Amino acid sequence: MPQLEIVDLKANYGAHTVLERINLSVDKGEIVSLIGPSGSGKSTLLRVLMGLLPPISGQVRIDGQALDYNDREQLRRIRSQMAIVFQQYNLFQNMTVLDNVTVTPIKVKGRPRKQVEDYAIQLLEKVGMGAKLGAYPDQLSGGQQQRVAIARALALQPGIVLLDEVTAALDPELVNEVLDTVRLLAADGMTMFIVSHEMGFVREVSSKVVFMDGGHVVEAGHPRQIFDQPREARTREFVGKILRH
Amino acid sequence: MGAQTWLQIGDELPRFFGYYNLVFFAKALGTTFALSAVGCIVGFTLGFVLAAVRLTTRPAARPLRIAATVFTELFRRIPFLVTLMLVFFVFQALHADLAMFTVALISVCLIATAFIAEIVRSGLESVHRNQWDAALTLNFSYLQTLRMVIVPQAWKVILPPVFGFFVLFIKDTALASQIGVIELAFAGKTMNNKGFSATLVYGTVLALYFMLSYPLARFGNYLERRLAPTRNR
Amino acid sequence: MQFDYTPVLERLPYLIGGAWLSLQIAFLAFAFGMLIGLAGASVRAYGPRWARRIVGVYVVFFTNTPQLVQIFFIFFALPDAGILLSPFQAVLIGMTLNAGAYLTEIQRAGFESVRQPELEAAETLGFSRLQTIRYVIVPHIVRVLFPPLSNQYILMTLGTSMAAVFGVEELTGRAYNINAETFRSIEVFSVAAVLYIVITLAATVSLAFVGKRFFRARMRWF
Repeated sequence: MPQLEIVDLKANYGAHTVLERINLSVDKGEIVSLIGPSGSGKSTLLRVLMGLLPPISGQVRIDGQALDYNDREQLRRIRSQMAIVFQQYNLFQNMTVLDNVTVTPIKVKGRPRKQVEDYAIQLLEKVGMGAKLGAYPDQLSGGQQQRVAIARALALQPGIVLLDEVTAALDPELVNEVLDTVRLLAADGMTMFIVSHEMGFVREVSSKVVFMDGGHVVEAGHPRQIFDQPREARTREFVGKILRH
Repeated sequence: MGAQTWLQIGDELPRFFGYYNLVFFAKALGTTFALSAVGCIVGFTLGFVLAAVRLTTRPAARPLRIAATVFTELFRRIPFLVTLMLVFFVFQALHADLAMFTVALISVCLIATAFIAEIVRSGLESVHRNQWDAALTLNFSYLQTLRMVIVPQAWKVILPPVFGFFVLFIKDTALASQIGVIELAFAGKTMNNKGFSATLVYGTVLALYFMLSYPLARFGNYLERRLAPTRNR
Repeated sequence: MQFDYTPVLERLPYLIGGAWLSLQIAFLAFAFGMLIGLAGASVRAYGPRWARRIVGVYVVFFTNTPQLVQIFFIFFALPDAGILLSPFQAVLIGMTLNAGAYLTEIQRAGFESVRQPELEAAETLGFSRLQTIRYVIVPHIVRVLFPPLSNQYILMTLGTSMAAVFGVEELTGRAYNINAETFRSIEVFSVAAVLYIVITLAATVSLAFVGKRFFRARMRWF
C-alpha cells in the first residue's frame, strides 16, 4: 500500500484554479520530485498537503486512511505525520537553533525536555550544525538556517518530509551543503516529496520525477524517462530548455 | 500684557503659591496622571486581547472578530468629549451614582483600548507571515504561536507607539474638566474663578502640563530609538 | 430606559449644519497650520541656529500642552493684554497654532526624507537645481507627507469638538444645545457620535483614494 496517495486533488486561490485533478502515489522510502515552470502548482501542492490551503475536492490518503482537511483534530495529526521545510527557512527569529528544534516537541507535544534535547542535538549534529546550538537565526548563513530547518522538521519524527524549493533562496555556494543534507536523509530511507529546480540533484536522488505545468500533472516516471526520453511534448520542451546548458 | 497685569500678578503670586493651592495643584496633577496612566494600562491589556481576537482565523470566532473591529473603529472616531457625555448619561440613566472621576476613567479606558488595540494589531501584523506558517505546520495553537513566536518579535515595535500614545493621552484628559473631574485644567478654571488673573493661572497650568509631558515625551523618543529604529528607506 | 429619537431626528439638519461647521473649522485651522508648518519646517531644515531654536521652542511647547488649555489661555488670558477675541476666533487661533506645531514636525520629517541617491541621480542626469526640485524633490515629499497629513487632518476634525466648551456651535456644541432643550441626552450624543464617525470615515476613505490614485502614497488605514 502506498504511504501517500493523492486522488483527484483540486485547489483554488479565490476564483483561480491552481491544482487540477492531481493524482499521485508515493511508496514508503520513495523520493518523489516535482519539477515544472513557476506557477505550475508545485509549491501549492505541498501547501495543500500540509493544510495551509484547503482542497476543493479530491482526497489525500496516508497509509490508506483518508484525511479530512476541515477537521482540526485531523489537521494536527496530519502535521505530526508530515513535516515541511520552506524555501524561506521560516525559523523562529526569537529562538536559538536548539530552541527552534526543541520547541515543538517540548511545548506543543509535551514530551520530556531531556529526551527531546538529546535527540535534537543528535539531529543537529547530523546536519552539521552541532557547533551552533546557541546561535540565533540572524547570526547564521542561509545554508545553515536551512539545515536547522531540516533538523526542526525531523525532530517530530514524521513519516514524510516535504521540501519546498529549499535551495532556491540560497547563494550558489551554499546550495551544496543543503543538498548534501538531503542526500543524507535519502540514504536513511526517509520518504520525501521534493520541489526543486536543481535538476542534476533531482535526477540523481529521485526514485520518481513528476513534471507539472499549469496545475496539472503532465507526466510522471523514472528520472531517466523524464529527463532522457520524455513522452509528452510539453515535458520535452521544458526539459530541453533547462538542460540546454 | 500691560504693566497693570504684571503688577497684579506680582501681587497675587504669594497667595497663588500658598500651601493649599500648591497641594490643590499637586492633587490635580496626580489626577491627570492617574487618568492617563490607568487608562493606558487598561487600554494596553484589553487592547491586546482585542488585537489577538482580530487576528484569529477560526470561522467560529467571526462574531467576536467583527465586534472587536467595530469597537476599535468606533471609539477612535468619536471625540473625547462626546464619549465622555455618552458614558456620563448612560450611567445616569442606569441610576448608577458614579463619581465623575469614575465616569472619566471609564471613558478614558474605552478610548485608550481602541487606539492601543490598533497599535498592537499593526505591530503583530508586522511580523512576517512565514513565522505563522512555520508555527502552523508544527502544530502550534493560535495562542502558542502568539505567545512563543509572534509577541517576542513584535513587542519592540509595539511598545514605543503605545508609550507615545500615553504621552499624547495626558493632554486629552484635560477635557475631563468638563464634567467636573478635578484634574489640572479644572484646577485652572477653579483658580481663575477664585479671582486670580487668567494669565497667571493658565500660564501655570500650561507649564505644569509641559513639565509632566515633556520628560515623558523625551523618554518615549529614547525608547523608540533603542527598540525600533526605523531603517532609512 | 426609554429611547425617543424623534426630537433629535427632527433637529438633524441643525446637527448636520454643526458637522459642516466642524469641517470648516478643521479645514481653516489645517490650511493656516500648513502655512506655519511649511515656514517652520523650512526654518528647522535650512535656517540659522537661532531661528531653529525659536521654532523648536514653539513646537515643543505646543505639542506638550493640551489644545484645550491653550485655547483657555488665548480666550481668558489674552484680554489682560488687551486682545479680546470671540470664542470662534480664539478656537480657530488656538487650533491653528496647535496644528502649526504638529505640522511643522510632520513636514520637517518629510523634508529630511529626501534621499541623497535620488539627488545624485538627478544631478548626473543633468537636471538643473530647479528641475530637481520640481521633478524629484517635490513629488517625493508630497508622496511621503500625504499619509501623516491626512491623519493629522482627521485628528483635527475630531479636535474641533472642544470648541463646544467655548460655546461655538459646531457639532458637539449643537448637541449640547439640543440636550439642554430636549433632555434626550443619550439620543443626541449618540447621533452626534454617528455623525463624527460618518465624517471621519468619509474623510479617511476619500483621502486614502486620493492618496493612492494621485500621489501613489502609501496610505495606511487610520
